[in-house]
Amino acid sequence: MNKLIAEGFQPIDTLIKPSTNNPWSFKDKLLLGLTPQEYTKQLVRNPFNWILAIIYAVGIPILVGRFIFGLGWATHSSYDYPWGLFLGWGLFVMVPLSASGFMLGTTVELFGRKDFKPIERLGLLNGLLGYFFAVVFLEVDLGQPWRLVYPMFVSLGPAAVLFLVAWHVATYLSVQIAELVPATSELMGWVKPKKFIKSIVLGLTVAGIILSTLHQGALGALFTYAPGKVHPLWFSAAFQWFHFFCSSIFGGLSMLIVVSTLSKWFLQWRCDANFTKNLDKLTLGIAKGCSLALITYLVIKLVALAHDNEWGYLLSGWGQLYIFEMTAGVILPLVFFTMAIRTNRAGLARFAAFVAVFGIALNRLNTVLITFNWHLYQEIPHWREFVIAVTVYATYIVVYRAVLYRLPILYTWQGDSK
Amino acid sequence: MKKLDRRNFIKGSLAGGIAAAAAGKARKATAAGGDFGGYPDSMGVLVDLTKCVGCRTCEAACNKEQGLPEPDKPFDDYSVFDEHRHGGLPRRTTEKAYTVVNRYNIEGREHPLFRKVQCNHCNEPACLTSCFVNAYTKTPEGAVIYNAKVCVGCRTCMIACPFYVPAYSYSSAINPVVKKCIMCYDTRLKFGRPPACVESCPQGVMTFGKRKDLIAIAHEKIEATPGKYVNHLYGEHEVGGTSWMYLSDVPFEDIGFDTHLGKEPIISYVKDFLAIVPMVLCIWPALFTGFHLLSTRKQANKEESTKA
Ligand code: SF4
Ligand code: SF4
Ligand code: SF4
Repeated sequence: MNKLIAEGFQPIDTLIKPSTNNPWSFKDKLLLGLTPQEYTKQLVRNPFNWILAIIYAVGIPILVGRFIFGLGWATHSSYDYPWGLFLGWGLFVMVPLSASGFMLGTTVELFGRKDFKPIERLGLLNGLLGYFFAVVFLEVDLGQPWRLVYPMFVSLGPAAVLFLVAWHVATYLSVQIAELVPATSELMGWVKPKKFIKSIVLGLTVAGIILSTLHQGALGALFTYAPGKVHPLWFSAAFQWFHFFCSSIFGGLSMLIVVSTLSKWFLQWRCDANFTKNLDKLTLGIAKGCSLALITYLVIKLVALAHDNEWGYLLSGWGQLYIFEMTAGVILPLVFFTMAIRTNRAGLARFAAFVAVFGIALNRLNTVLITFNWHLYQEIPHWREFVIAVTVYATYIVVYRAVLYRLPILYTWQGDSK
Repeated sequence: MKKLDRRNFIKGSLAGGIAAAAAGKARKATAAGGDFGGYPDSMGVLVDLTKCVGCRTCEAACNKEQGLPEPDKPFDDYSVFDEHRHGGLPRRTTEKAYTVVNRYNIEGREHPLFRKVQCNHCNEPACLTSCFVNAYTKTPEGAVIYNAKVCVGCRTCMIACPFYVPAYSYSSAINPVVKKCIMCYDTRLKFGRPPACVESCPQGVMTFGKRKDLIAIAHEKIEATPGKYVNHLYGEHEVGGTSWMYLSDVPFEDIGFDTHLGKEPIISYVKDFLAIVPMVLCIWPALFTGFHLLSTRKQANKEESTKA
């Protein structure tokens, strides 16, 4: 791509083809205005695509195998550890990292901080794709994926926490799709849908906040069903939902910084001046949000320790893991974010964001897998489970990149559709 | 009663907030509505662990009654007692065995102690309350049964069960389901007959009867022969009480029972979260719309003042 840009190529950002005055065709839009040959060429030139090809070559047969031979073949099929990497990573890590959608929606639409506009759509997209792929991971993990809609229409267990998660994630996915209709409309040259969404955006945003508060919290509350199985340091009946909710705030925001950084590095050609110029300032703005959430989280984690009087556990081996998680995943990013804001260094904030994302992943995996059944034994997921998880995650990246290439997320649409 | 109302309220608002359709169909929500501590006339089984000789007849009876696949080793092969699963733990229930007997060598006890494991049929089952398609039912007779036709296979029930009972037929790609003891509900309990394993036992280890009668019998037994049993009827209060209860002459923690479960049913730990749900649903919309009005007003004012 960079090479093409250097040669003077300009990716599509208007409805009308400049040289001819005719509208771009749909195919043009898909191929970014390149000819099919040029498009394939740039695909092959990109070394990242080679890595993807290798992942798919190994991963797809195994993914297919999971559906032919069953979960017993793909996982350790443990009765003691019913949940493995698919949910541990795909649901419990992906969902908090996708909280950016509602955070940015709230900032821009609700608090009227229009200065965050250039990054709002990236936040929304990060949310939508993260949720969508969390559902994909869920489908890989469910014993009978074709019954996914049962909790909605066939047999309802409304008192169960997972019931709430199912409904909320489904509803929230639709909300997020609606929130991204404007971007799609611009590319496609539709006028009405964009107008319509504009008129209900406040309702969508408030719905997003409610749904997010509840399902982010609910993911934590799921573990209150297993009070004796999760290690006490990671468990708190009273605060579990709040821990998960609060950490999803900096999780989602940090992930947004991470993707914006990656876009800046690898998709420079697609970012317009509006995005690139504002990015440092916005990163620091988001960093402020992160540091506030981090400090709140740190405090309530300590409150939970004190509330259940669990100080004694800190001296055990599990305590060391806990202290490591809190230091590396919470205190360190907090310090870096604060320093970054003080000294106005966006680079440092970016680094902090990477660390915070790592911290979230560590926390969720600790809760779901590592400290789960702490008094029994530890289980390392089957290698096929790793392969499948990597394959699905790679698909997430592919789709993410494909959308960023095309929809006006990183750049502003030049043209009429107002 | 008051507590029950609160729970129903929570349930109602959960469903209502999520979708009106859900509330309409929420029929009998959870039959176990267990805050009342189980059905008053529910049946149960009292297991006197001191009497068990580890013959595995009950395992065989269960296998036959439930139509389970042939086991890897025949039921008269006692080398299974030396088997260990992952982590050096004794055998557990699996998709092929709804009940297993394990041996515990206790120092100072003349013979080893044998312990039968199966679903305890909790009064307020964690499996039931955690299932989002309501696949489980606590019947008035006391059994916790499972409907494989609606199960999605999320396996939350396995996460939730404090006794690690439900197993899952991971080996099936087309129709994997939860596999667990159902107290022989459809073939026996429904007709008032004792479960197959209970009836098959040559030593009379298990007594079938009304749960409340069994509790009385158990306490009489403990008092009648002082020093024989430890003074604890396991299952009387654990996680809200269970239909299967146990008497032992060695401390329960020495024979693999979890003695830290507490008296509260598992659902109580979840209530903190369930309680905030209606709150968020009612307060958030008003709160955030308010924020919006405030912050946009401020901006409008600012714009006006800059104009002026
Ligand atoms: S022992 Fe486990 S599976 Fe059986 S009723 Fe209780 S919670 Fe459910
Ligand atoms: S695995 Fe089946 S029975 Fe268990 S909670 Fe999920 S849907 Fe319910
Ligand atoms: S009650 Fe029935 S299903 Fe349960 S262990 Fe005994 S024989 Fe098996």
